[in-house]
Amino acid sequence: MDGHSSTQVVDVRQNLVLSRRSFLGALLCIGSAGMGAILAVPVLRYILYPLYSKVAGTEWSDVGDESEFVAGKEPVRKTITFTQRDGWREVVSAQSVYVSRGSNGELVVLSAICPHLGCSVSWQAGQEKFICPCHGGEFKADGLHILGPPPRAMDRLPTQVRDGKLRVHFEYFRSNVPNQEKIS
Amino acid sequence: MPREGDTVPNGQDDKPELDTTSAGPRNFLGSLVQWLDKRTGVHAIMKESLDEPIPGGARLAYVFGSGLLFLFISQIITGICLALYYVPSAETAHTSVAYITKEVAAGAFLRSLHYYGSSAMIVVLALHFLQTFLYGSFKGRRELLWISGAVLSLLVLGMGFTGYLLPWDQKAYFATAVGTNIVGEIPLIGNWLTRLLRGGDTIGTLTLSRFYVAHVFLIPAAILLFIGAHIVLFRKAGPAGPIEEDPITPKLAPEGFYPRQVLMDMAFALLIMMGLGILAYFHPMSLGPIADPSNTQFLPRPEWYYLSMFEWLKYWEGSWVVVAVVVVPGILAVLFFLLPFLDRSLERRPWRRPIPVLSVAIVLAGVLYLGIKSHMDDQRDPSVAAQLAAQEQEEKAYSAKPFEPYVESPGGTVPSGVASVSANPLVAQGRGVFEAHGCAGCHGVGGVGTPIAAALVGIAAKLPGDQLVSLLRHPNAQMVAGHMPSVDASSADMSALVAYITVLGTPAANAPASHAVVSPDAFPGHGTAETRSNGTIGSAKDIAVAESSKATEAGKEVFEQNGCVACHGAAGIGGRAPAIEPLIAGRTDSQLSITLRAPNAKMKAGGMQPVLVSEAQLTSLEAYLRTLKGSTTAKLTPASSTDSTATAKSDMTATSAPAKGSSPQSSQQPSSMTGPMAGQTVKTNAGQEVYVSQGCAACHGVSGVGTHFAPALIGVSNKFPGDALATLLHHPDAKMRSGGMPPVTTNPAEMQQLLLYLASLGTTPAAVTTAQTKAGTGSTATPATVPSGAGQVAVSRPAKAVPLSSDAMRGQQIFNRNSCQTCHGEGGMNGTVAAPGLAGTASLLPASTLENLLRHHSTQMQKGNMPSTNMNAKDMAALIAFIRSIPATP
Repeated sequence: MDGHSSTQVVDVRQNLVLSRRSFLGALLCIGSAGMGAILAVPVLRYILYPLYSKVAGTEWSDVGDESEFVAGKEPVRKTITFTQRDGWREVVSAQSVYVSRGSNGELVVLSAICPHLGCSVSWQAGQEKFICPCHGGEFKADGLHILGPPPRAMDRLPTQVRDGKLRVHFEYFRSNVPNQEKIS
Repeated sequence: MPREGDTVPNGQDDKPELDTTSAGPRNFLGSLVQWLDKRTGVHAIMKESLDEPIPGGARLAYVFGSGLLFLFISQIITGICLALYYVPSAETAHTSVAYITKEVAAGAFLRSLHYYGSSAMIVVLALHFLQTFLYGSFKGRRELLWISGAVLSLLVLGMGFTGYLLPWDQKAYFATAVGTNIVGEIPLIGNWLTRLLRGGDTIGTLTLSRFYVAHVFLIPAAILLFIGAHIVLFRKAGPAGPIEEDPITPKLAPEGFYPRQVLMDMAFALLIMMGLGILAYFHPMSLGPIADPSNTQFLPRPEWYYLSMFEWLKYWEGSWVVVAVVVVPGILAVLFFLLPFLDRSLERRPWRRPIPVLSVAIVLAGVLYLGIKSHMDDQRDPSVAAQLAAQEQEEKAYSAKPFEPYVESPGGTVPSGVASVSANPLVAQGRGVFEAHGCAGCHGVGGVGTPIAAALVGIAAKLPGDQLVSLLRHPNAQMVAGHMPSVDASSADMSALVAYITVLGTPAANAPASHAVVSPDAFPGHGTAETRSNGTIGSAKDIAVAESSKATEAGKEVFEQNGCVACHGAAGIGGRAPAIEPLIAGRTDSQLSITLRAPNAKMKAGGMQPVLVSEAQLTSLEAYLRTLKGSTTAKLTPASSTDSTATAKSDMTATSAPAKGSSPQSSQQPSSMTGPMAGQTVKTNAGQEVYVSQGCAACHGVSGVGTHFAPALIGVSNKFPGDALATLLHHPDAKMRSGGMPPVTTNPAEMQQLLLYLASLGTTPAAVTTAQTKAGTGSTATPATVPSGAGQVAVSRPAKAVPLSSDAMRGQQIFNRNSCQTCHGEGGMNGTVAAPGLAGTASLLPASTLENLLRHHSTQMQKGNMPSTNMNAKDMAALIAFIRSIPATP
């Protein structure tokens, strides 16, 4: 019984000490949390800036004279250039595209980036189809998927004809999804 | 209950069920902590760190040490953030900092926090030093503690110095140049140390890399190490407590570090953070324009905590500088480090330690005095104050400009603006040889070619090294027919020359030429006046016939044999360099001798060599020069020949004088603009403003008629239809870039206007014509357009002295006082090698555009090293009035 009461006394005293300490501790924590929060907001915005900032898209690139492609039977590979904003610099990027004919005979420009996992697709003239060297995906001349792991057809890029020139707006699409989803 | 032999520390019961007084969540937390404690001993660590006994209790005076720690952590955090976007290369550093400041969310705020934090560290460091010194807290077995603190102070100063260079703006570059030079004063190893710091002889990208590594890795690691040592030593000796406390065995009742001292420390840290935050938010740090080493006007100033040293150095010169840099600071440093050994008694009260206290007071007072005096001196000297104010304004102006991304041109990585700093010394030497032999006279500056001789850009790819050398020493038949002399240079010079030729057309060729002293014999004869006349920019018909006499004959020989002809033209008619007659008109013979022996900066920039001939030869040369009657035709911009949009420009009426009938072709027809153009006159007006304000006229000529810098632009819109021209302007191709064409960075609206203007430049390409007049008023020597289509009018006006308004007269004074004429020519009319004439180009701009151009130099102006022209509104108005009064004259 005696030991029990002395424990209680000690406990009570310890309780008091704990309370004072924990109160001040709480004050400290609130204070530093507040300060931390004030500083964390700009730091987080700063670190995450490239993820949410809207960077202006690429502009239209010239592919070539319309007349070039009139007679074409096969897809033609063309290199286009466009400027891109990469952080603090502007770069002139070069990309390959294929100018081909759609099922209705209209001019289509296909991105050479395979919709499966991003390798470069090449036109095999002998076999009259596009073949992706990475996993063997195959596409028809108009980009439609024949066989292999790619989930969709080759991506078509927006085109326009201005002053007799074929122009294309290069875009990047999400890989390995069944629908063509533009990333940038 | 604690029992003997109990293995549980603190006597805490490890059976939570017995703890009947605590509530649920606390119980869980408690048991979690206990779980951790059994594995890490965290209880003991916390007890040890938080229960540090402070004799005499917690005091506000003790907050500065932890304040420093807190600031250092803050600097690390903001520094890491900055490093996320910063790139430490001379090419990109400035752009990346501009990106942080102008584009990234909270970038300016975080950068300012970092910058003000560094100043705050110095302040708190000083306070910590003062407190521990006055309290004698370094006594009683605390010598090593003090020394570790001294090391930390030096490391912190080092952080300030290395960090200052990283933005790579003007003040960063020049302050570092001075700082690294000071290091060179240390005897024996000084020069080597400077070169070690710089990563070479000059400040360049290697310097930046080294400073970055020091700032981000080396010094912070050392600081962390010494902070650890500092804290360990501090805890071992225990806090010294108040002044009255015994330094070795404390007698006052101790109080635990937690909670009161912790609270005080936190309050101080909060105060610092709030102060920094408010400062950073309301007064963010600016970024000045990119470092331009060629700028001779810039006045470097170090950070405020180095101002005393800066002032101190002004009083020492020559061999005494060693005293200033090494001896005195060395002695002070030794005293600083060894203080505990010098002030050894256990007496802590400052009033009982007069010698140490007084010495420190004197040194501090001296440092403060020097710093304040430096600042006051700067304010009191009007030219210094003006230049510093202009620099500050330049910084603010640059900070206010929107962000311009770094435009990468494949094959060359020079951002629009100034050429990169680091230079290949062999290429620099080769450029010196190239200039010394006057090659540019025919092959053009940078080997871009002229009507006389082919471009040399890319020739090294076609001809391997020794073939090139052999061809240079023994020109083939075609070269000889074109009057190419054999290049007589030493083999060292020849290899340097080949190195330079190899990099023509790339940014490496921009290396500033280093000129070794070349003997006159090294200058092969560059042909006689007759050979020069073929296709020189200066019409054949205009070559003045010099009067011959014995003395002048000898002088003529000197003139021709020293390569003068290559730039100043046959008989000094002008060419790459101005014509002789107007150049020397106002100078006495002794002035001329001085200038010839030691060309001024502008002459040197144009490639002029000191004339190294005997006195007798110099005299005869001068006699010959006086006989020359060159016409003032050595123009770099065809300022006189055309004023195309005569109809559209209402501003021109203020400056244009009616054409006198002295030449058959001087007629002022209203330009016959055809239908589509007429409707666009307003737009071509704006487009012409863009054309001139971007500096296009300086190379492509007024109205795009072309100069020997760059081809005519008439018809360019047909050659590059649609968006091709805009693309080309935005990203010049290799040939354009080799000619020095910068990317045209304008907003889309201005680009549209410019394109319209270019489209309006007539439909036939410019034809090179010879001089148009035979009258004594002189003639146009530049390839001028003979009007054949819409809008081109050839007008030649006489050099008529237009009476200046009082404002313009004041402007003329300002113009001359600021030595504008050394680059832009006498009266700003005709220009020189260094800069185009203002007649007919800048003089036609509306006042607001001109002011904007003077306050914010175009790319071309920056490339030409145009010095700052920021001045107060009144002076600016006067100067503009003067510029606009410059008559367009042949």
